[in-house]
Amino acid sequence: MDLISIISIFVLACFVGYFVVWSVTPALHTPLMAVTNAISSVIIVGALIAAAAAGSSVAKWLGLLAVVLASINIFGGFAVTSRMLGMYKKKERKDA
Amino acid sequence: MPEAVHEQPAWVLLAYLAAGVCFILALRGLSHPETSQRGNRLGMVGMTIAVVTTLITHVPTSGYSPGDGSFDPLAIETGTIFQILAAIAIGAVIGLTTARRIQMTAMPQLVAAFHSLVGLAAVLVGAAAFLNPEAFGIATRVTPIASPSFLSIDPVSRIEMSLGVAIGAITFSGSVIAFLKLNGNMSGAPILLPGRHLINLGTLAAILGLIAYFTVDQSPWVFWTVTALSFAIGFLLIVPIGGADMPVVVSMLNSYSGWAAAAMGFTLHNSAMIITGALVGSSGAILSYIMCRAMNRSFLSVIAGGFGAVSSSGSGEVLDRPYKRGSAEDAAFLMKQADQVVIVPGYGMAVAQAQHALREMADQLKAEGVRVKYAIHPVAGRMPGHMNVLLAEANVPYDEVFELEDINSDFAQTDVAFVIGANDVTNPAAKTDKSSPIYGMPVLDVEKARTVLFIKRSMGGAGYAGVDNELFYRDNTMMLLADAKKMVEEIVKALG
Repeated sequence: MDLISIISIFVLACFVGYFVVWSVTPALHTPLMAVTNAISSVIIVGALIAAAAAGSSVAKWLGLLAVVLASINIFGGFAVTSRMLGMYKKKERKDA
Repeated sequence: MPEAVHEQPAWVLLAYLAAGVCFILALRGLSHPETSQRGNRLGMVGMTIAVVTTLITHVPTSGYSPGDGSFDPLAIETGTIFQILAAIAIGAVIGLTTARRIQMTAMPQLVAAFHSLVGLAAVLVGAAAFLNPEAFGIATRVTPIASPSFLSIDPVSRIEMSLGVAIGAITFSGSVIAFLKLNGNMSGAPILLPGRHLINLGTLAAILGLIAYFTVDQSPWVFWTVTALSFAIGFLLIVPIGGADMPVVVSMLNSYSGWAAAAMGFTLHNSAMIITGALVGSSGAILSYIMCRAMNRSFLSVIAGGFGAVSSSGSGEVLDRPYKRGSAEDAAFLMKQADQVVIVPGYGMAVAQAQHALREMADQLKAEGVRVKYAIHPVAGRMPGHMNVLLAEANVPYDEVFELEDINSDFAQTDVAFVIGANDVTNPAAKTDKSSPIYGMPVLDVEKARTVLFIKRSMGGAGYAGVDNELFYRDNTMMLLADAKKMVEEIVKALG
């Protein structure tokens, strides 16, 4: 991918983000932050590349450490979001 | 040529794109509580796709055959595979344990802590890319005449990686300070250094200047100075911001963690990271904007800091004004007679752990035929949407909970407004008194209800913004002076 296509993806994704986030109900803003936190840990991709590469052992260990940090975030972020979302319940209808 | 180095098979590009689409749908699912769990699962699917794709395309190789030690570019290094899997497992255990144990009141701290991890991970990845640029496909070997060959990092990649490291470092140190303030390890009061604006602007200019210089000189000192200065400015930026503004700060750091991921995505030419970074970046920015609007503060004034340092003058005398005081029995009687009761919870309710008792009270009122609603101000908690989570935890159905703009017109038809642990967000002075520090802030019109019941520990002590509340002294207000949880429990007893 050349730089221009990457910039195009980025700019369009910013617009998608803008509209999608405004459609999130305010009641779910805390889960929104928790889940965005989890997905921003997609940075683990870079950490995995660094950890797998031969050549520099310092870079490899930095990568492994980054894998640990990003994994904490991924597992913790999705789990805590799911725990929160599980609490949102609707009113029990008497006639239903 | 950098373009050639970045060449990836089509299926890999498509897989990362699919991961990005999953993340968009994950956020989209949050538009309604009913679709939210599905959205969260799609987020997990997206992450799995991204991780598995990377693991397959970047199998660790040593370059030497394990058998005879001869050169073999495809020799798989199993030791590294185990190390990577162990690293993921360690992260999983820590993450899952934390997620299970964390109290909902401590959610803002947890989110701040998670942000700091994303920031630090970005710094580590950037540093690894700088130390081993070949692995990231961003360097070309240059052999000048009469000197040893060296790896030249692509100039565009130099900007991308140094920006990523800078934003990551700011996110990290800023989030650590936000965590310490939210967690109470550090005073919420703003710490003001003399000449801080000059220091901050100078540091920021130095960082940007060095990033520009980095494109012509890839010496390690440039890279590490950018990293160190960015750690410093993250700290300097958040330290002067007061506790009342933390919801904005947490949202802002959320945004930064996204931009850091996006910058790294540019370095790696990875669409999943770029899409995610843009999503998270705009999400945090929008939340910061919503929080600022809810406090009627400009984003710049929040960043400049210092709010909450000066207590408003002349509030000492007003405290002697007459007010009406009621008991739990009075409150129970008034609410039992009502057609509609609107409960206005604030962070004080969560601190007193009164939400479960409150829901019990609401259940009893509903059994008496009273309509019960909850009114939430956007800054009722310590982060966006925090109060909604706290009420959901106490089994309050989400369709009884209303946002400020949806419920404000209801107060005129409400018999009893029950304010518990909230203060500034109900202060009518925000609408009338131009000299008030909270003037212009959108507030809940509780004073329009026939009766206002206001739970407060004592008459002394003002709200978070340090302003006296006109509401206490109005004819239709009855003050219930006690600990929030104890008072609600007594009301429950009186109702039963």
